[in-house]
Amino acid sequence: MAGIKVFGHPASAPTMRVLLALHEKNLDFEFVHVDLMGGEHKKEAFLARNPFGQVPAFEDGDLKLFESRAITQYIAHRYEGQGTNLLPADSKNIAQYSIMAIGMQVEAHQFEPVASKLVSEQVFKLKKGLTTDQAVVAEEEAKLAKVLDVYEARLKEFKYLAGDTFTLTDLHHIPTIKYLLGTPTKKLFTERPRVSEWVAEITKRPASQKILQ
Amino acid sequence: MSGIKVFGHPASTATRRVLIALHEKELDFELVHIDLKDGEHKKEPFLSRNPFGKIPAFEDGDFKLFESRAITQYIAHEYADKGNQLLSPGSKNMAILAMGMEIEAHEFDSVASKLGWEQVFKNFFGLTTDQAVVEEEEVKLGKVLDNYEARLSESKYMACDHFTLVDLHHIPLIQYLLGTPTKKLFDERPHVSAWVADITSRPSSQKILV
Repeated sequence: MAGIKVFGHPASAPTMRVLLALHEKNLDFEFVHVDLMGGEHKKEAFLARNPFGQVPAFEDGDLKLFESRAITQYIAHRYEGQGTNLLPADSKNIAQYSIMAIGMQVEAHQFEPVASKLVSEQVFKLKKGLTTDQAVVAEEEAKLAKVLDVYEARLKEFKYLAGDTFTLTDLHHIPTIKYLLGTPTKKLFTERPRVSEWVAEITKRPASQKILQ
Repeated sequence: MSGIKVFGHPASTATRRVLIALHEKELDFELVHIDLKDGEHKKEPFLSRNPFGKIPAFEDGDFKLFESRAITQYIAHEYADKGNQLLSPGSKNMAILAMGMEIEAHEFDSVASKLGWEQVFKNFFGLTTDQAVVEEEEVKLGKVLDNYEARLSESKYMACDHFTLVDLHHIPLIQYLLGTPTKKLFDERPHVSAWVADITSRPSSQKILV
């Protein structure tokens, strides 16, 4: 049932989210490199796959999708019986599923907007020869600290964010966290014991090792 | 199976998302008013309901949730057999629904909420609209709506041929923007305009207007 293709860039966090899900499921796929530096994502062939001009785009047979968190959810459901389970233990239990859904919303709306600013300032700007704005870093680190305090409390009760098993909620965090671990922001993770353990757990998974250079 | 409570504010777009879903499902519920001016959402006991200090929070019996788009999904699944269908069954359809919900949350909401803030909510606090920001964000919203126009030329609603959560999630912010000059961006695109008229005239959309 192959015919899975991912159109993206190996350094793009959203692309990495999708690759993680595919590796967790042991699925074969073709990776089609989109030349971001050359503006390929803003040109017609790619825009036909994602009119919003962002990587990744995805296809499985004749199903075409974009938005990394929609793609990972599709993979988790469509290939539910295969590889790692990325859904809650009882995926038909609406309450359990909703707890995972909250976690996915929290990652997207509370964690990622702040964390991605920190990655942008401390990683991507440098790649473009620009200077990190330390005032922005300080401001965003203060916000991230508050989010991670909530995560610390949560992870004292549960092994993973949505419960006792690894799910999409944890997976969605991995690419951005990996970038932040290479910056001074790493301290915010290491100074919180349960968060630190969780980060170590999720980044050492074989799938995570495969995509994190 | 009642005992549904929403902890929020009747003017809040995120709270309204949940209220519309409850009305679509014809469910009884209690709206518990959180006093934002007094910072009630940043204190206990609200923080025990949502440690990120944002409205709305929700409970159904002893099951507690927060994040409006997680709550609406819970309502749509738990009460699948009641009121109007808000989902589209089958794994392909659910994938398209998920994609639509991501687009609303990441492409539409980020731009539209800045326009709502500048032109509507700042006024509640006696602050002045920054027209430069409005212009900049309207350009971005125009591009998003061009994509919506293309989509809605092929499909009656965003995800499929019937109303779903994807359309629902857009309603509260669109309602506010229709009361601002930004309305023109919706009016000048025929399929978007027809879709906006349709979704904002639903009884549940009307019920939540205060």
